[in-house]
Amino acid sequence: MLHLRTPGRSLALALAALALMAGPSTAFEPSQTECIAPAAPGGGWDFTCRQVGKTMQDLKIIPGTMQVTNLAGGGGGVAYAEVASKRKADNNLIVAASSATATRLATGAFPGNTMDQMRWVGSIGADYGVIAVAKNSPIKTLPELFAKIKADPKSISVAGGSAVGGWDHLKVLIAAKADGISNLRAIKYVPFDGGGEAITQLLAGSVQAFTGDASEAKGFVDAGDIRVLAVLAPDRLPGDFGKFPTAKEQGIDAIGANWRGFYAPGGMSDDAYKFWVASVKQVYASPEWKKVMTQNGLAPLDLDGPQFEAFVKKSISDIQTISKEIGLIK
Amino acid sequence: MDVLTSLGHGFAVAITFENLGLALIGCLLGTIIGALPGLGPSNGVAILIPLSFSLGLDATAALILLTSVYYGAMYGGRISSILLNIPGDEPAVMTTLDGYPMARAGKAGEALAISGIASFVGSFVATWGLVFLAPQLVKVALLFGPAEYFALFTLAFATLGGISSTNQAKAALAAALGLGIAMIGVDGQTGVPRFSFGMVHLYDGVNFLVAIVGLFALSEVFIFLEHRGENAVHGSVSIGRPVASWSVLKYCTPAMLRSTVIGFIAGVLPGAGASLGSFMAYASEKNISDKDKTFGKGDPRGVAAPEAGNNAAAGGALVPMLALGVPGSGTTAVLLAVLLSLNITPGPLLFTQHPDVVWGLIAALFIANFMLIAMNLPLVGLFARVLLIPPQFLMPLVAMISFVGIYGINGSTFDLLVMVIFGVLGWVLRKLDVPLVPVIMGVLLGNQMEANLRRALTISNGEWGALLHSPLSIGLWVLAVVGFVLPIVVGKRLKSRIARAKEEAGTLVD
Repeated sequence: MLHLRTPGRSLALALAALALMAGPSTAFEPSQTECIAPAAPGGGWDFTCRQVGKTMQDLKIIPGTMQVTNLAGGGGGVAYAEVASKRKADNNLIVAASSATATRLATGAFPGNTMDQMRWVGSIGADYGVIAVAKNSPIKTLPELFAKIKADPKSISVAGGSAVGGWDHLKVLIAAKADGISNLRAIKYVPFDGGGEAITQLLAGSVQAFTGDASEAKGFVDAGDIRVLAVLAPDRLPGDFGKFPTAKEQGIDAIGANWRGFYAPGGMSDDAYKFWVASVKQVYASPEWKKVMTQNGLAPLDLDGPQFEAFVKKSISDIQTISKEIGLIK
Repeated sequence: MDVLTSLGHGFAVAITFENLGLALIGCLLGTIIGALPGLGPSNGVAILIPLSFSLGLDATAALILLTSVYYGAMYGGRISSILLNIPGDEPAVMTTLDGYPMARAGKAGEALAISGIASFVGSFVATWGLVFLAPQLVKVALLFGPAEYFALFTLAFATLGGISSTNQAKAALAAALGLGIAMIGVDGQTGVPRFSFGMVHLYDGVNFLVAIVGLFALSEVFIFLEHRGENAVHGSVSIGRPVASWSVLKYCTPAMLRSTVIGFIAGVLPGAGASLGSFMAYASEKNISDKDKTFGKGDPRGVAAPEAGNNAAAGGALVPMLALGVPGSGTTAVLLAVLLSLNITPGPLLFTQHPDVVWGLIAALFIANFMLIAMNLPLVGLFARVLLIPPQFLMPLVAMISFVGIYGINGSTFDLLVMVIFGVLGWVLRKLDVPLVPVIMGVLLGNQMEANLRRALTISNGEWGALLHSPLSIGLWVLAVVGFVLPIVVGKRLKSRIARAKEEAGTLVD
């Protein structure tokens, strides 16, 4: 075994020299890459890891396959704490994240963890928010809905698939705030276990309005059961949702994007960070990924590196402002 | 016929080499588990959950395996009831009353054959009931707002303590304990952690699969360790030819059909389950046809009635579990936990979002039923021999499957710790004769029940009267109150009889 070591080492040196000559972009060589999905298989984070990992493999950005590890618990908190403490210098690791990660960081739901402990890599798309009513509702536009809430907050219950203070709740508050409603606490929000259940209750007549993601509402829109009052996107969405107006068109400047993306350990080397930022960008630009996006109802949101980091920072501080206004955090 | 098209599609899903194999294994294991005294359908399914996760089965395959075990255990329970006068599981208690006298009169084979056929009739008809009733119930589900769901959960808990339990107060205590355990973790309504003591592991609450395996499977091992196999079954088992003449079958047919209807209705009611099904079937059959006072002395109808009843109830209990997400019995509560951990939410959306799972499952039930009758008539001698497996070989296997399986779900040693704690808890509760199923129902349904109460109150601006605002919710509350009070008033006589049968058999309540 001993005599094998010397040629091995010189080979490594030669490779390193080659890498140096080729420029800084190849200074980091991915080896056994891993993506942590901070939830059980089958959810959105798991989807993010597996689809991106597969695309990276198909595009030959990484050697071999990307290992997907499901580290469920605490709404992503178990994975966040693990990466922040035990794997803070791992160059081959990225972790799936979404608006839910930012929301929990903002409201202190990951005890002892902050956004600065990680490096934020980039986004791979977004699921924009919608506000909808049942098809037989007398309410036709978003301003009409908010006018009703202003007149009598108790008359409208808004159902969503996240907890109080969660993303579905925040979306309707962001829009209401943009429309000039000051008493955000008076808005009645009823949390359900997921968007499907919330829409079922909208159809059953238990609640008057629904807040959720476009992808959750898609099946019910196709079936003609619900009327989408507004899409919380900067521009009209591509495809079937194109017929629905944005909130902005109706004079309410509000955007609610449930983004999907990645963070990496805070101690990751600059070279490795650059590699991952470039790789995620490359995945996003590929035709393979465009196909994945249309199949899964993801809308465009292309942010990477420092740009993405600033975006996450801003959404965290926005969420904190609103959460303080409704008294969820101090 | 829309339903039949869907069912045909279900058969296409179920008839694959893998799924048929799993159904066969499930039926075989289920019958054995049902036959072994102490291990009932809830324990059986609980023990095999980890196995199905470790095998990495997809949702349909895992459910086919576990429901085959469920149906199989309902078949198997009768074997030790008839041969040894020890009910293999809770619902088979009533089968001892006439089954054992028949065996002592040298008609063990006939009793096994009749009960096997009765089991088949019960499950077969009940599965058709499931096919037609569940999609109808889905339509009704749109009438269920938060207030109605809260009433339905209350009904489930109220009837659970009823006729099948020896002591209503203990059942209520067990349910309260379960509800309390459910409060651990992040509050789904506000995102605030409760009783988590700053431990991130407790943020998701207690994983109900871990709790189920601890309470049912591991506590079984502890009980065994305590007794060091004193309860081992000794003696020889002789059967004779397992056949029944046409005349006897014809004689029993009306009893089977009546019992099937009664059992199915008992199964559909949330919380009541198979024990109630078999009990009501036996009691009413006795009232209807016991003219010559032959019941209790080896009347074949006394074997046919409870077996048809408990198997029909097993099918009926799947109706509310699939259509509303509210389990109709202890075992379906365990199956509900499996569905949830496979990321499938039962309820009105299940039939539209996962038609493959639902109809594949229902088709698999039909297939399992035919496999079971084919297995149970000629092979009953083989199953009877299983009764003689010494527990010192069986229990270590149960412990091993529990540990490996639970670790396999999340790869978390914390889960193993929680499982052991629940195992000890289960052992203590059994010593105190507190039933375990209400604990599991509490852990499983507690969050849902709380969430629906709070939703109803948010919508009504804190007005408690909203809980009674629709005819449906009033009806459910009335049923809940009747279901809780009636057994105390009327059921005393019936309960003492069931208790006597249980004492004779020395079995555990679950």
